Amino acid sequence: MNSFPINSIRKDFPILKSKINNHDLVYFDNAATTQKPQSVIDSISNYYEKYNSNIHRGVHSLAEKATNEFEKTRTKIKKFINAKSNTEIVFTRGTTEGINLISSSLGKYKFSEGDEIIISEMEHHSNIVPWQMIAKEKNLKLNTINVTDEGKIDLNDFKNIISSKTKLVSLVHISNTLGTVNPIKEIVEICNTNNIISVIDGAQASAHSVIDVQNINCDFYVLSAHKMYGPTGVGVVYGKEKLLEEMPPYMGGGEMIKEVKFSGTSYNDLPYKFEAGTPNIGDVIGFKEAINYIENLGKDQIIQYEDKLRDYAQKELNSIDGFRIIGNSENKIGIFSFTIENFHYYDLGLLLDAKGIAVRTGHHCTQPLMDKYNLDGTARVSLALYNTEEEVDFFVDSVKNLLNR
Amino acid sequence: MKEMSIQKEIIDDFKVLDGDLEMTLNYLMELGEKLDVFNEKDKKEENIVKGCQSKVWLTYKKSEDKLFFSGDSNTAITKGLLSLLIRIFSGKSCKEILDTKLFFIGDIGLNRFIGTQRSNGLESMENKFRIIALSNK
Repeated sequence: MNSFPINSIRKDFPILKSKINNHDLVYFDNAATTQKPQSVIDSISNYYEKYNSNIHRGVHSLAEKATNEFEKTRTKIKKFINAKSNTEIVFTRGTTEGINLISSSLGKYKFSEGDEIIISEMEHHSNIVPWQMIAKEKNLKLNTINVTDEGKIDLNDFKNIISSKTKLVSLVHISNTLGTVNPIKEIVEICNTNNIISVIDGAQASAHSVIDVQNINCDFYVLSAHKMYGPTGVGVVYGKEKLLEEMPPYMGGGEMIKEVKFSGTSYNDLPYKFEAGTPNIGDVIGFKEAINYIENLGKDQIIQYEDKLRDYAQKELNSIDGFRIIGNSENKIGIFSFTIENFHYYDLGLLLDAKGIAVRTGHHCTQPLMDKYNLDGTARVSLALYNTEEEVDFFVDSVKNLLNR
Repeated sequence: MKEMSIQKEIIDDFKVLDGDLEMTLNYLMELGEKLDVFNEKDKKEENIVKGCQSKVWLTYKKSEDKLFFSGDSNTAITKGLLSLLIRIFSGKSCKEILDTKLFFIGDIGLNRFIGTQRSNGLESMENKFRIIALSNK
């Protein structure tokens, strides 16, 4: 294997040249959002400079070009996650909107009073609140799978809480707080055996692991472009065609209709039925370049590099006095939520920022998980393909210096 | 005006740091460490300042018509900020507290603590002083 071209990769991301508080930027907040390569930035400005136009209905050249480029992203993402058809790829604003689309649309016809939905204790608020909302509206029961002390899904607990009333399981693929990679294939298999709809929140997984929705065999897989080096404001709902066909639209408006009459409206075909209104055209087009970027490097190579960096970081972080990592599954990515004895995460975050290091602090939108571990928050280092061992060293040295101050 | 001069004193104190963020944060933490020890019994719900990522408690004593504040925080930097507010507001009458406009924060290179950033609670802390002053008016 050729060695991973980390130096040229770092040059592809213009923001990495930034000075923050007179220091080189060390960007360790990739689970919140990743930085964008020049090719993504260029493709967005190129769209606005050269062929900005509304899509799908125009007969003029600009509209045709914009429509083609927009639809090329759909084809790209379809291949990237190995969906069967473009009709299974619905563009949204992001993972949060995707889960809301699913819960709201299914909620209109699929659930009845007393039905049960299962999520886990490690879910992001985006995979909790939409289900709470539909549960309240429809009088459903929302059950949660226990998470073990080391931060893994308790599969036995999952099997125990499934009942004949369980209609849907919605689970995160990779935890944004713990970094845990969940055994979703096994979980989906259990769902399929029991005729339960499965929804996988892939926000953290899409850039850091191989996604094959046919192999996972889930009903829905949801992701965000901005967590995978693409622009903000774009996401994808993958759904099995049969389910998407029977689901009612989420929002009404332009694009999603076939024919509108005051006596009644018929809806457009998939996937447009779920894409009401003018979409985020420029950013969807930019998303294609983000996937190109990942594919050109090769996902396997990226994963190999990131795994090595994860192992290095884990070893070095543990050399810090009083350092405790929350989430110690043997199957995890380079996300490290941690506490340091007698050092509040809020102080740590601000002091590291003074050295140009960006980490996230707080509850990471997983308050129930924080409650479970009796924490009010943690600091979090989350790595991506452009991070280096030198950056990890600088981080570790900086923390050690702060502890000795 | 007296409170103007306290804020000017604070600005002068920070001037020597020349806007260096790291030194400014370190100095803030030192100021926080100098706060009088806060009575653990006063760490109760009614004294909590809502809206901070850090936990902040604030109590006061009234002597004649003046209010004297004591406070604490579970984070060192917020405690430093709190110590500045206590320095500005303590020993003043309710009217003086309500009339005091804070201007020092932008001048000591800590603009990040002002505004809508949801992680900071400077505004919540300031409001708590004013609410206490209002309720004692």
